[in-house]
Amino acid sequence: MKKKEIYLDNAATTPVDSAVLKKMQPYFNEKYGNASSIHKAGDLAREGMEKARQQISTFLNCLPEEIYFTSGATESDNWVIQGIFEKANEKGLKKPHIITSVFEHKAILEPISILEKKELIESTFLGVNKDGLIDAKDVLKSIKKNTVLVSVMYANSEIGSIQPIKQIGQLIKDINVKRENKIVFHTDAVQAINYLNCDVEYLNVDALSISGHKIYGPKGIGALYLKKGISITSLICGGGQEHRLRSGTENIPGIVGLGEAINLISKKKKDNNRIKRLRNKLITGIMKDIPNVQLNGSLEYRLPNNIHFSFLEIEGEGILIDLSEQNIYVSTGSACASNFLKPSHVLSAIGLSDEESHSSIRFTLGRQTNSNDIDYVLNILTKSVNRLRKISGK
Amino acid sequence: MYSKEVIKHFKNPKNMGFMKDPDGVGEIGNPQCGDVLKLYIKVKDNKIKDIKFETLGCAVAIAVSSVITEMAKNKTIEQALKLTEEDIVERLGGLPLFKMHCSNLAAQALKKAIKNYQK
Repeated sequence: MKKKEIYLDNAATTPVDSAVLKKMQPYFNEKYGNASSIHKAGDLAREGMEKARQQISTFLNCLPEEIYFTSGATESDNWVIQGIFEKANEKGLKKPHIITSVFEHKAILEPISILEKKELIESTFLGVNKDGLIDAKDVLKSIKKNTVLVSVMYANSEIGSIQPIKQIGQLIKDINVKRENKIVFHTDAVQAINYLNCDVEYLNVDALSISGHKIYGPKGIGALYLKKGISITSLICGGGQEHRLRSGTENIPGIVGLGEAINLISKKKKDNNRIKRLRNKLITGIMKDIPNVQLNGSLEYRLPNNIHFSFLEIEGEGILIDLSEQNIYVSTGSACASNFLKPSHVLSAIGLSDEESHSSIRFTLGRQTNSNDIDYVLNILTKSVNRLRKISGK
Repeated sequence: MYSKEVIKHFKNPKNMGFMKDPDGVGEIGNPQCGDVLKLYIKVKDNKIKDIKFETLGCAVAIAVSSVITEMAKNKTIEQALKLTEEDIVERLGGLPLFKMHCSNLAAQALKKAIKNYQK
């Protein structure tokens, strides 16, 4: 018999929900039309796409035409940076200023760093405290005359800390009243969609990135919410799809899947409390059964499915491989597991030493996690930590 | 990600643990990733009679530690000094590119332990 798999890496990706898959399937070979075609086959594809747009706009409390489908959140993030920068340039602003935080996803940090290196923009990377939280007042302090974009993630992917987006949004909104060049406030909400309120009116955001595969939907699909009236240039040019702003034949099965995945989130809200209880059970268990550990990140402002520990004096990658051999899947911020051989920039940002980062393990629970899984993981994890500490001689 | 041989040595490392009264000790830290690898040797009649390791590191660091103890045991000092990174990688059935530096750690630690013995 195949040994059971316990997947605790839901912040990396999630399995496609069977209800989502079912909705997608006809769009591969029955309703396969191109949404730009004006015949009936095109109509069917377009209907599927517009229904998804409607589902997403209901979830975000925005207009359907404010949703643009993309290939994923990396594209959405890249697009908002490149597009807002270029638009400011077009308007004659020589060197626009962009504000973000030091521990954003690389899909935000990289494009900003590239523009900065080319000396096309000025940038501010805000620091975070040891709990992994940004101070809204720091955003306010760093705003300049030439600031065009502020981008702050809603919830951090590694330590699950939840940022004060509503508060930052309100501050920017207030400032914008008196400003001629309005600041666009963007949030990468990829990790937050499953668990937090993503009403864009409530949050006071102008732009928001979404990914399909983090919410039990398919890979290769995402969206950017962009408030009506905000001008942006295209990142991908061609046939003029998506109100002429994002070209390329629409990925209809993916779009339909994204819509259904978002639709299911509202229906499965009560799962969140169950997941949170399981998370707390694992946190308490680790603290009770394993000596010399530390929980990283805020406990209060934290996604209900995120656990992040350092198991001091051993290497996180070793624990990861040990658990993987027992079909338990987790992740680590250790340099040993990175192609760059550097500890996670998120963990360095909250002040962890290299050793603390090397010994870290992230567990991210999901809809499929149950109480037996937690008992089993705790048992295997305790054995692994003991074994590796014996090998390290510590 | 890793070869069967790497996983085998990681799961059941050979010659693991502290050694009392060793004839030589070699410790190498990896500045790149923070791994620390320590080898202890006992030498008799110019041969490595016993060898043990303690390693704080990733799965590969532990596997290379285990495999080098197997490769060096009962070798003469001259033979042991000739063991290279490439020998270790070959014995482990290959390593992912970004893990190659781990094999170097083991070869260096052995040379350091022998040097320490010769002093």
